[in-house]
Amino acid sequence: MYRYDEFDHSFVQARVAQFRDQVDRRLAGEITEDQFRPLRLMNGVYLQLHAYMLRVAIPYGTLSSKQMRMLAHIARTYDKGYGHFTTRQNIQYNWPALSDMPAILADLASVEMHAIQTSGNCIRNVTADHFAGAAADEVADPRPYAEILRQWSSVHPEFSYLPRKFKIAVTGAERDRAAIQTHDIGLHLKKNEKGEFGFAVWVGGGQGRTPIIAKKIRDFLPEEHLLSYTTAIMRVYNLHGRRDNKYKARIKILVHETGTEEFARQVEAEWATLKDGALTLPEADIRAIEAYFAPPALVARPEGDESVKLARLDSRSFGEWLDQNVVTHKHPDYAAVTISLKGIGEVPGDASDAQMDAVADIAEAFGFGEIRVSHEQNLILPHVARADLKAVYDRLVEIGFATANSNLITDIIACPGLDYCALANARSISVAQDISLRFASLERQRDIGELKLKISGCINACGHHHVGHIGILGVEKKGAELYQVTLGGSGDENASIGEIIGRGFGPDEITDAIEKIVDTYLAHRRDPSEKFLDAYRRLGPAPFKEALYASEAKAA
Amino acid sequence: MKILTANRLTDGEAVWFGSDQHWHETIDYAEVARDKEAEERLERLGKEAFARNAVVDVDLIDVELLGGEIRPLRLRERIRAAGPTNRTDLGKQARPRPADEGFAAGI
Ligand code: HEM
Ligand code: SF4
Repeated sequence: MYRYDEFDHSFVQARVAQFRDQVDRRLAGEITEDQFRPLRLMNGVYLQLHAYMLRVAIPYGTLSSKQMRMLAHIARTYDKGYGHFTTRQNIQYNWPALSDMPAILADLASVEMHAIQTSGNCIRNVTADHFAGAAADEVADPRPYAEILRQWSSVHPEFSYLPRKFKIAVTGAERDRAAIQTHDIGLHLKKNEKGEFGFAVWVGGGQGRTPIIAKKIRDFLPEEHLLSYTTAIMRVYNLHGRRDNKYKARIKILVHETGTEEFARQVEAEWATLKDGALTLPEADIRAIEAYFAPPALVARPEGDESVKLARLDSRSFGEWLDQNVVTHKHPDYAAVTISLKGIGEVPGDASDAQMDAVADIAEAFGFGEIRVSHEQNLILPHVARADLKAVYDRLVEIGFATANSNLITDIIACPGLDYCALANARSISVAQDISLRFASLERQRDIGELKLKISGCINACGHHHVGHIGILGVEKKGAELYQVTLGGSGDENASIGEIIGRGFGPDEITDAIEKIVDTYLAHRRDPSEKFLDAYRRLGPAPFKEALYASEAKAA
Repeated sequence: MKILTANRLTDGEAVWFGSDQHWHETIDYAEVARDKEAEERLERLGKEAFARNAVVDVDLIDVELLGGEIRPLRLRERIRAAGPTNRTDLGKQARPRPADEGFAAGI
């Protein structure tokens, strides 16, 4: 794992001291809220409905056991015993006092973590494929490049006051698990014919009130040009991005209004002035950062096949969990495990301090102390010997984290919604819980197959509803909650924005509506191998509309 | 009908301005403005409390009286007054009522 060097340590520590002073001055009334607000946001401190909220970055979703224990400690000491893992590979604490923030940040700094640039119009936490470094299908681990971007973008003077927030995601595999096409910049690490590394560069993706799929402006950018080319994009955006209207300020609007070709031309022109200059990454530096991400020494554990086979015969639920939550690893004796934070009827993404501690212990005992946070609000143990899978499973059962629902309909992404969020129009969590309970039967879920259901409590789309196979958006209508349904969205390499299916549903109708949609899919699919999304793409909205609204059309 | 609400600066706790001119951690003690004049007065007091750095996110919100109890019209404000609906063990709804002395951020 990446280790802070002396510079990183002193930088983060200086930042904690600086913020401590700012908080002290604010509490003493020496600075006003208008002066303080931008300062607290730069340190990840928001104000929600019930309290302040602290958003802590988990760079490219990678955590050590030690760091996870610190997250548990913070939940226990300064919060109400839990935290919320988010779609942006962050963790949010919902109840900390402002006066405790400096202490929390100091605790985080002691394990090489911080909350810098988790808010504000700067380059945010760079996210990555949660299976990075373990996935059998990747050309290389994309995280070293995410780390390079993190170092370069941290308090970058030129890019700290952009027109709007800026999100970068990286993946190292064709199969896009980092949703790169819904980011301001998406980078797809690949190899050319000569075996050299480089990136396909996507720009202008985003969700929020104007969801747009990113456009590819370069098919292969040699790795050494990563920073010069990214700088060129940032400069074009910084100069021309709209500062007059917050809703049009993201790069997606600039790319859309400028036109992809013209935008790409401007980037190339800017890049011509930067290329091969000081921002060129020396080969030795890339390889040095890469060394930090070297996988642990994975000793041969060939007994895994036999022990998995036996354990599967012994326990049906273990077998189901294997099928659903365990994926192939680069090393044949190992696997990557998804720890579902989506227990039936539970809050998506929430984990208690005790659960966090237990995950840290399990990772230490069986996973080289490595943990990942996925953008789907689950945790991952990236390197587990197949021979240890049953032991890991048993330990996860003890803490309620062994739900075998990865990629199934109850593996729901949900934002905090109106239960916490000051911007919300409607609740998300309660809808997620209802749907989860309705589809509790694993047999039924497995029959339905892969189905990504995503819920946001307002159009900001933190819950990724635009790219849910089924998306649910909460709106407020005449003071009541109303849920709009979109179908056919996808956040992978074949990204698409979901289409609104029709009028919305009240809180006590929405689960029935989702069930009708699922039943319609089951009735129309060619065979069980045709997934929901594929069936929707073939069928279009008509049969779903019919199922949801036909009776009222007749009545009218 | 409107009441004055905000979040306390030090810990973000949701508070309401009471008829005793103090900020309270529960909504029950809020002073209800029944006419424009009373609303303007509350608004002014809110601005003053904000300027004094006692509270942030000051807002006048619409309420109704149900059986003598104050009930905000918007669900958002009802959730603020109670706590997360999915965690009834947390927030104000989980506390014993009433025993709330207010804190001296008022006049
Ligand atoms: C107090 C809590 C939060 C606030 C105030 C907030 C605010 C916002 C706003 C204003 C936007 C729209 C940005 C735009 O369209 O320009 C947004 C987008 C987004 N947020 Fe949040 N958010 C919160 C919590 C979360 C959480 C919990 C997650 C993860 C579960 C999250 C992830 C995202 C994502 C993925 C997007 C859309 C991607 C994009 O930027 O286009 N946010 N958020
Ligand atoms: S989508 Fe809206 S309600 Fe949900 S967390 Fe984001 S801003 Fe809040």
